This record gives sequence, C-alpha cells and structure tokens, in this order.
Amino acid sequence: MNIGNLPFVVAALLVLFGLYTFLFKRNLIKLVIGITLIETGVNLFLVTLGYRTNGISPIYTFAPEAQKMVLPTPQALTLTSIVIGLATTALLLSFAVFIHRHYGTLDVRKVKELKG
Amino acid sequence: MTALTTHAPILLIALPLLGAFATPLVGKLGRGVRNTLIGLIVLAVAGLAALLAVDVFAASGVPTIYELGGGTFTFPLSGGQVPIRILFEVDGMSAFMGLIAALIALTGAFFSFSYWKERSGGNLYFSLFLMLTAGIFGMVLTGDMFNFFVFLEITSIAAASLVGFRIWRKQSQEAGFKVMAMYTLSGLFVLLAIGLLYGQYGHLNIATLANSIQGSLTDMIALGLLLTGLAMKAGAVPMHMWAPDAYGEAPAPMSAVLVANSQASLYGLFRILFTLFGVTISTGTMGWILIVLALLTIFVGVTMALIQSDLKRLVAFGAVSQIGYMLLGVGVGLAVMAARPEYGLVAMQGGIFHMLNDAACVGLLFFASGAVIQAAGTRDLNQMGGLGHQMKWTSIFFAIGAVALAGVPPFNGFASKFLIYEASFKLSPFLAVIAVLSSIMLLAVFVKAFQAAFLGPRSNASAHVSDPSPGMMLPMVALVLVIIVFGLFPGFFVDHIVTPAAKALWDGRDAYINAVLGG
Repeated sequence: MNIGNLPFVVAALLVLFGLYTFLFKRNLIKLVIGITLIETGVNLFLVTLGYRTNGISPIYTFAPEAQKMVLPTPQALTLTSIVIGLATTALLLSFAVFIHRHYGTLDVRKVKELKG
Repeated sequence: MTALTTHAPILLIALPLLGAFATPLVGKLGRGVRNTLIGLIVLAVAGLAALLAVDVFAASGVPTIYELGGGTFTFPLSGGQVPIRILFEVDGMSAFMGLIAALIALTGAFFSFSYWKERSGGNLYFSLFLMLTAGIFGMVLTGDMFNFFVFLEITSIAAASLVGFRIWRKQSQEAGFKVMAMYTLSGLFVLLAIGLLYGQYGHLNIATLANSIQGSLTDMIALGLLLTGLAMKAGAVPMHMWAPDAYGEAPAPMSAVLVANSQASLYGLFRILFTLFGVTISTGTMGWILIVLALLTIFVGVTMALIQSDLKRLVAFGAVSQIGYMLLGVGVGLAVMAARPEYGLVAMQGGIFHMLNDAACVGLLFFASGAVIQAAGTRDLNQMGGLGHQMKWTSIFFAIGAVALAGVPPFNGFASKFLIYEASFKLSPFLAVIAVLSSIMLLAVFVKAFQAAFLGPRSNASAHVSDPSPGMMLPMVALVLVIIVFGLFPGFFVDHIVTPAAKALWDGRDAYINAVLGG
C-alpha cells in the first residue's frame, strides 16, 4: 500500500470512531467529543486532498521556480471549517452546561423531557 | 434600478448579515431605533427578493449570475475557462425560495417586535434572527458548493441558538443541544461529500461540477452523504427527532423561520439531485427513495401530532408532516424524470407550490399559537378552553391556517395538495391514498386542538385573555391574505411563480450549466 494514502485511512478511522462515540455513548460531553472527532477526520481529509508530494506552501512571493505547490483551496476550506467547528463546539458545550444546571445530570437517558 | 437588481443577490445576504452585527450596538440606542433598523432591513430584503424574482422569472429560464469581487469575467465564460471566484447563481427555483424566505422574514420580524416586547435579550434575539435570514438567503442563492456549506452552518448555529434561546426553560436547552448536534452532523456529512467531489473534479462551483460529473462510485457515496445530511436538516423521517423539539421550543415567530430554514435544506437537496447529478444518477431509484421518505414523513408526522397535548408541539408535528408533501411532489417528479410524462412536471409544481403555501400556513399557525400561549400562560391544551370568547380574531386566524394546511378548499393548501394528489395518483394510487388520508387526519388533529383551545365554556385560563396587540395582528392578517389570495387564484400563481421554479429543476440543468460555462 502506498504510504501516501495513510492520512486518508486515519481520516476515515477518525470519522468512524466519532460516529461510534456519537451513536453509542450516553454522556453529553462524550457526544460532543464524538462530533469533534468526526470534524477532525473531515478536516484531515480535506487537507490531505490538497497535498502534493514534496509540494511547498502555495505562496508565490519568493517561491522557487518550477516548484510543486500544495493546493490552496482545500487549506482555505479547512480553515473555514475549523472556525465553524469552534463555534458549533462552543454552542454544544454551553447547551451541555445549561442542561447540567437544569437537570443535574449529563446522562442522555435522564434528559428526556421532550419525547413522543 | 438595474444596478439594484444586478447586486440583489449579494445585498440579500449582506443586508441581514450587517444588520445582525449592528443590532447589539444599535440596540444600545433604544428599542425604537433598533426596531426601525430591523424593520427597514427586512422591508428592503423583501423588496429586493421581489425585484430579483421578477427579473429572473422574466428571463425565461436563463439564470442570473453574480460574481463576488467581480467584473473581471463576463458570463457565460468561453473557451474552456472555469470560474474560480465565488458565484451566486439565481434561477427560477432560487428566486422562488428567496420569495418564501422574504415572506417569512418580513412577517416574523414584525410579529417579533410586539411578541418580544416585555422580555430581555431582544437585541441578541433579533441579531440571531437576522443571521438566520442571511444564511437562508445564502443557501438558496449560492452557486458554489462550499459556500452552500458555510451558509448551512450559519443557519445551523443561528437556528440552534434560537431554539435554546429561553435558557430558563430546561426543555429548550434539551432541544437546543439535540438540534445543534443533528445540524452539526448533517453539516459534516455535507462537507465530507463536498470534499469527495472536490477530490475528483477539482472544482466547487455547482455548474462546473455538474458539467464534469461522471456518476462514479465516489460520486454515489457523495450523493448518499448529501442526501442523508440534507434530509436530516430538513427534518424528514426517520431523521426528524430534532424537528418537533426545535419548532416546539423556539420562540413562536422563530419557529416559522425554522420551517423556512428546513425548506432551504430541501432546496439544497433538490438542487443537488436535479442540477448537480441530474442524468448521471438513476432518477427512478432516487425518486422512489424520496417518495418513501415522503410517505414516512407524512404518516409519522400526522400520527405523532394526534397524540400531542402541547399546542406548540402539535403544530410542530404538523409542520414536520408537511415537509413530506414537498418531498412527495418532487419525488414523484424525479421518479418519472427519465420518461418525462406531463404529470411529472405537475407533481413538481405541486411540491414546490406547497413550499410557499406551507410557509404561509405554518407561519400563521405558529404566530397564532404563540399569541395564544402568551395570552393564556400555558402550552397545555388540557388547561386551555374557551379562549375563543375573548380571542375572536386569533381563533379565526388559527382556524384558517389549520384548514388551509389540511388542504380544504378554497384555501391555498388545497391548490398545491390537489396537484400532488393528482400526479401521485397517476404514478401509483397508493401514494395518493396515503397523502389524502394523512391530510384528513391532519384536519382531525387541528379540529381537536381548535376545540380544546378556543371552544367550550370560559375557563380559568381564558378569564383575562384578549386578542394580541395590532403589531402581532398585522403579520397574521398579512399571512391570511396570502393564504386566501393564493387559494382563490392558484392558476395565476402557478403559472407565474411556481412553473418557472419547477421548470428550473425539471429541465433547467443545461441552462444552469451554460449560464456559467457557455453553450
């Protein structure tokens, strides 16, 4: 197997671990961790997409002639996605704080006012 | 005037976004100044959306392109050029969704001015509302996949914050967490799919992607992720568990905006199925997947609405079920896309017309139930009763919204649902039977709710209630007018508004690509 594909495998594993955590854990904080794991996996996937072997960072000023560069677009996407991820994680955690304040627990089996 | 229409796509996003960040500052000057600013913004947005719609509908199928930081290129491009900047591409469907968003933003803002008067946090409330509006406009107007994701996340964050806005209610915190978790998951699915598409084709522009898409296995994985993510965000069963909580717990006017947000996700789904993938997928299979999702959504939504005793939650399940009718109409259209019989377009017209009708009816129901809950001080239907004695107009509005949503003539819900019944019957009578039965059940649900809340002898809850202030009545009257006018002249609106939108999906794929890349 090509060693260059390893980051894709890691990204897929991160997404799978994240999904497992999200689906099977009962603690709200752990759910947030699961979501963050998926997010990290997706971000890693995006960055890896744009990587070119032995490429340099895509800055044209003082760049050596005829040198391969990594793609700039996926990096821009990843930065945007990281910023969005920060906002969502912060919002999720603040909801968890308020839930703990109201219910006194973070167990999803006990936070069940809304059902049916 | 022409400059205004040219820049309308970006203004529709920039104005609410600027307003969102200005609101907390302007709010320091007092409530009147803040409300004036927000009122002006939503009025300007509504005007711009209307201008844009007139412009796009008049162009008979040629989408309008707006290039960010533009002026360097003339569209359509020629000679194998590809767009690298962010584009807004507005075709009939986008303009139609813009009208829905504008209608709901306008009525929602003016309803909120009176609704949120007595409480604190108004500045943040309106700030989030404007951000949500900007996100919805961004989702429906953009011509770029990644841009779509960014606006999707803007709506997610703003919407979840609004759902959990009442931090003193524990249910709303629970709903807020659930909504944010599901929205984030759906956003990540969409982002992963965008990454897969970018990895293969090296583009993010929808038209360029559509031009080069192959229908390979990776594309199908991306399609699956997009379908799951966007159906989740639209609240289609079986990924609906957040939707009734969200609609039920959000402040009443914001529930209406949340419905418009779900419809924007549906728009994204339709755009991806019809424009991005189009002929490269097996449209029959995808159509039937949508139909199955639709039937589940209709049936589960209505059945769950039957057993609710919380007025807002009951309306919320009604709103979930209506998403199913839109999916059913467009799903029938997609299923017969390859053979292209007449009734395919009729089904799509029905599904798309129902988006506008649903926004008006559900918006009215949420406004009315918000007014009722505020006046009665309880959400429990068992503790209400006899409210109709003092709240005559609200009860009449609630009844109009309910019968219109259930599809009783002569209101607008009948016009769109009839198109859906007619076309889905031609595909399979079974579909029409489920759709009609569910509508009848929905009527029963609302009769029960109406009877419990408004009829009967005066009770404790109804002793000191009255119709809400004119500020809350006016938006409801506006929506009632929309419902009645659309119900009385459905032919006119189907011809002039709905058909361009349906045609943009039904056979507008080439026009969408050619507008960017040249013929």
